[in-house]
Amino acid sequence: MRGHHDMGGLPAGKVEPTEHQYAPWEKRVDAMLVLLGAPERGLMRTDELRRNIEALAPDVYERMSYYERWMASIAATMLQRGVFTADELGRKLAEVEAREP
Amino acid sequence: MSGGQADALPVHFGVGDKVRVRVAHPPGHLRTPWYIRGQRGAVERICGAFANPEELAYNRPGLPRQPLYRIRFRQTDLWPDYAGPKTDTVEVEIYQHWLEPDEAAP
Amino acid sequence: MSGTHHHDHDHGHDHPHAHPTAPDADDLMGYYQLMEVAVRELLIEKGVFTGEDIRRQIERMDGANAGRGGLLVARAWTDPAFKARALADGSAACREIGLEVGALKLIVVENTPSLHNLIVCTLCSCYPRPLLGLPPDWYKSRAYRSRAVREPRAVLAEFGTVIPDDVEVRVHDSTADMRYLVLPRRPDGTDGWSEEKLAELATRDSMVGVALAASP
Repeated sequence: MRGHHDMGGLPAGKVEPTEHQYAPWEKRVDAMLVLLGAPERGLMRTDELRRNIEALAPDVYERMSYYERWMASIAATMLQRGVFTADELGRKLAEVEAREP
Repeated sequence: MSGGQADALPVHFGVGDKVRVRVAHPPGHLRTPWYIRGQRGAVERICGAFANPEELAYNRPGLPRQPLYRIRFRQTDLWPDYAGPKTDTVEVEIYQHWLEPDEAAP
Repeated sequence: MSGTHHHDHDHGHDHPHAHPTAPDADDLMGYYQLMEVAVRELLIEKGVFTGEDIRRQIERMDGANAGRGGLLVARAWTDPAFKARALADGSAACREIGLEVGALKLIVVENTPSLHNLIVCTLCSCYPRPLLGLPPDWYKSRAYRSRAVREPRAVLAEFGTVIPDDVEVRVHDSTADMRYLVLPRRPDGTDGWSEEKLAELATRDSMVGVALAASP
């Protein structure tokens, strides 16, 4: 089966020459990946980032923005690697959400 | 180019060799795009040997390192209805284990 | 989008708070932005990295922009022996002129009167970040990734770049470990220009290959 990400040669519409200034949260996602992959930590490879993005369901892939996909992939990889548990992540997510006004 | 050749596979192909990209469609993390599988091209350069990303994707070492090549393809070979000139090309990095000699090359 | 809104991230458990990307967003912070806060805080709590590490990495990232690639291009335009070295080993050439590129494995591809180069990563978004900064949205878009290999001339035309039929268009699909920079053709009317001024003509788009270098 062709991966959803493996799109070279498929028909598509016009290239919209959009770009945006990256939001702080997006830069932090990018920074996290770089830090996790640094040799002194070795907690995540770019190849794991890609694999976990490719594993997203096609409709989910399309709906998410670039750094949302990265964030999903980083979380998945950290769970796979056992850096934290789903329980720890779930509790922290709830704690963070509770702070929102 | 890449140091420490001890854990790298030997280089099979030389610059100019005619090669064909193997046809295979396994699941997993692959860096050989769908559109290039089964296509015929020529070696443009040898890039060195690198750990296999298909294995790195699962946090396995991906050793021994695979020779990586840049292969040049003609657009008119890739797309039967290519609208541009016959001289247009695409160059793609392909790992050695995806390449076979192109027996049918003249 | 927010610009330079600074926020202390290294307080750990002290009053951390998240902020949305746009101050006037009427929806709650998105799930993945929540995730970013949660994952970052967990990793800091576990001592994987500090908030300061993140801040420094962002500064490093912000320091990389197309000006760095422009320095390489300007030197290649003015020094033929350097250009030959850059075409043979792009990363070594970067280091030679003081551009620290880390583990980047760079291939420089030269535009000539008979060849125009275009860079794409059909599988994701591979890009020579140390030399050009973060890739623009369009480079990562479905339309660009799908069509650049299939109909490069049509894509180029959408960017306002028309390449004559007697010039080969060569597309480089960045599928593996190498990264690519296009060496655009030096514009006419720039004889005697300083490298600093020349570097300004080497635009990001010309080093990706969707445009020619800017004219004086």
